[in-house]
Amino acid sequence: MKISFKLNSELVTVDVDPLQPLLTTLRDELHMQAAKQGCGEGECGSCSVIMNNLMVNTCLIPTIQAKGAALVTLEGLRDTPKGQLVINALLEAKGVQCGFCTPSMVLALYHLLDNRTYADITPTDKQIRQALAGNLCRCTGYGMIVEAAKIAAKLWGEV
Amino acid sequence: MDRVNIPFKWQEATGRSQFISDRHFDNLLEAKLFRSTCARAKILNITLPKLPSGYFVFGAKDVPGRNELPIVLSDWPVFASSEVRYLGEVILLLVGPDLKELDRLAKLIHVEYQQLTPAFTPQDSKQLIQGAIHNQDAIDDLKNVFDRHKLNKGDLAAGFSQAEHIFEESISTGYQEHMYLETQGMVGYHKDGKVVIEGSMQCPWYVHHCISTVLGSEDVRVIQTPTGGAFGGKEDYPDVLAGALCVAVQRLKQPIRLVLSRNEDIAFTTKRHPINFHYRTGVDSQGKIVAMDVKVDINAGAYLSLSGIVLQRAITTCTNVYDIPNATVEATAWATNTVPSGAFRGFGSPQTCFGIETHLNHIANKLGLDAAEFKRAHLLTTKSKTLTGADIFGDLVLEKMYAEICESSDYHAKVQAYRQQDRGANKLSGIGMALFQHGCGFAGDLEDTLVKAVVRLVKDDNDEIEIQVSNTDIGQGLSLTFCKIVADTLKRPLSSVRLAAVDTQHVPDSGPTVASRSIVIVGYLLEKAAEKLTDIWLGCTAQSVEQRYSKPDYHQWDQQAFKGNAYQATSYGINVVELEVDSATGVSEITGLWAIYDVGHVIDEAVFKGQIDGGFVQALGYGGLEVMTLDSEGRFQQTNMADYVIPTALDVPKIHSSVVDNPYQYGPQGAKGGGELTHNGGAAAYCAAIECAINHPINAIPVTPEVVCSLLYGKKSGLESMTQEEQGHENQL
Repeated sequence: MKISFKLNSELVTVDVDPLQPLLTTLRDELHMQAAKQGCGEGECGSCSVIMNNLMVNTCLIPTIQAKGAALVTLEGLRDTPKGQLVINALLEAKGVQCGFCTPSMVLALYHLLDNRTYADITPTDKQIRQALAGNLCRCTGYGMIVEAAKIAAKLWGEV
Repeated sequence: MDRVNIPFKWQEATGRSQFISDRHFDNLLEAKLFRSTCARAKILNITLPKLPSGYFVFGAKDVPGRNELPIVLSDWPVFASSEVRYLGEVILLLVGPDLKELDRLAKLIHVEYQQLTPAFTPQDSKQLIQGAIHNQDAIDDLKNVFDRHKLNKGDLAAGFSQAEHIFEESISTGYQEHMYLETQGMVGYHKDGKVVIEGSMQCPWYVHHCISTVLGSEDVRVIQTPTGGAFGGKEDYPDVLAGALCVAVQRLKQPIRLVLSRNEDIAFTTKRHPINFHYRTGVDSQGKIVAMDVKVDINAGAYLSLSGIVLQRAITTCTNVYDIPNATVEATAWATNTVPSGAFRGFGSPQTCFGIETHLNHIANKLGLDAAEFKRAHLLTTKSKTLTGADIFGDLVLEKMYAEICESSDYHAKVQAYRQQDRGANKLSGIGMALFQHGCGFAGDLEDTLVKAVVRLVKDDNDEIEIQVSNTDIGQGLSLTFCKIVADTLKRPLSSVRLAAVDTQHVPDSGPTVASRSIVIVGYLLEKAAEKLTDIWLGCTAQSVEQRYSKPDYHQWDQQAFKGNAYQATSYGINVVELEVDSATGVSEITGLWAIYDVGHVIDEAVFKGQIDGGFVQALGYGGLEVMTLDSEGRFQQTNMADYVIPTALDVPKIHSSVVDNPYQYGPQGAKGGGELTHNGGAAAYCAAIECAINHPINAIPVTPEVVCSLLYGKKSGLESMTQEEQGHENQL
């Protein structure tokens, strides 16, 4: 079945089983491999992308559900100024260890910072931790990812 | 494949890092392992379905070399042929173009079993029902025993004769699943006359040796791909995948991918060893421990794997950071019909730390003493002898660390306050401390007698330096720390040094990435190699140097007598956990975390901070969240990441950590090992904090809300002394 949606601001059309997980479509058909399969059951968040401005687990979403939607993956974000800001903040805070969960962490931090009511106020630890709670990391203990959010928040208005 | 990893972690952060599932291979076939469905049985017959064109099945009869995985002992077969010893043991490998078709074919394979009564715990194993699983021909006392050791320090009987009080109790720890975010996986192919395996792994030379054994050929090559976490879980188990895969690759000469699903990874890969401890401790009238007798029973699972080494570390660290004048330890690794237990960050030490810290807390409470001060009164000093009779090497800074963490966490005032809190309140507060240590590098003299590590530095005519070692960056940051060691020693810019991709065709065998030996052993060799290169440096000229391990003079070990320096060096730490328990639900919220460490000298503070935070949080999961239990058939009841829960960002607060500088003479820039150390104390400190909050002794981890409620409102005795398997059974009732 032909399904069209916006991927990183470009219209794409795929011809796949409509119930195929969106993650499979992104990785195998569209070669967007920054999203990873960690559990395949919506628990770890390694496969998350931003869909219609929501963080979603693509391993749980049938591709048909993306019809007409706007998707942002790390491939679409990493070359933008704000995407780079988040990536640099994460590297500065040394919040990347094995790196398997990192693409989803970049998106989660970006999504948090991009959707603040008051963009000039740095989110609290609790707000950051809530924003990251759907994305598991087994390496870092999260502290340095939280620090990355604060580093990026402070520079957000400058880019 | 990219051979450079600078700037540090840039590829990972931009999503460009290609893990094994991200890599492209032309004409790729898929593979699936066909596994045993019972825990202990003789295989009477295997019936295969008719295979469609392009589909293949491989088993024991197809192995050209030896049908064994050479992990310490060669008892673990690549493919089971006459018997199975655990549920999930590999019997066959299916290969073909479509994974769904492989699934369909797997369902059509019929194995006829003669089932035998399995043993799932050391207690079961001792009973030898329907004969021994392992060592059938040995005398009764050694049947089902993979390994056994006894340590003795001082005179136990004389010690007990001075005792005024004797405390005796059992303490147990359960399984822990590594839960690295990337599951185990590899791809094999044929290139330039060699079978090549690429994949997610810690120790490429182990895999190299494994496939060479299985194929009976040296025409093999192994390449580590970016590895999405390991924590010990990718030390032994990659051999299981590679052993089966290489047989198919050699036959079909086509790329084949074998990646485990999360369910398969949880169900069948190695776990942290469950251990049962029994302590008998004598304390004199002055409140001094005069004797301690410890029995240790380790559930090794179906094959030896690394259990002998885990056993050795568990016993040599059994009295932790304390000077106990008279002590014996007797420890046994038992064969059972469960998934083989394997390496996991800490390698037996988190278990022994939980055991002794909890036992000492209980003694102090019964004597009406402050637990932390009771422990402080027994700390090792530079005049102490270790449990294995060695002198303490270097300066000990335990007292300083203790003073610092008590002050930063306000430990004593909080203990006083929480002791007097209203026990009927909705929220109960608690604080707990654990002291711990970790031997750096391999136990005993294996580094000298077995590993014989070699490192190489290769400089090109642009004065760019490549580090060639077999140690892998699995998230712990070696790709930066190794480069820093070499760049600093050479006084060259960091950007001129790079770490070679770990490919057994290019890098020498500098040993495995285990036991936190990467810094203290391999890092030190790199520092020496860089000094050597400095001495012969010729600008704009290609040069290379090699450096081999030789042990420091003070390091002496007698493997027969089990006496001497159990480790080349030892690192130390103290953790404090503060929490609030909801007295209605038993759920606890961690409100404060403090940590202090002596790892010699820290090479990169941010990289070590990553290890501190990650190790502590993983240990808190081990202590409070991560339940793994077996059902009556020997199958783990937790099957996915929804029912085996690991900490999220919301489960922990910021960790207040610090380090003391206490340089070690034989470490690079004075560094000792740190990666495993950070997992050793968290579970013990967490349990102590819960005990403080609810005023009940606890004898097993994980301390889940169910356990807390049971202690507060359930049977007043019983559950706290249960092993985890028994708790799992209790939870089912």
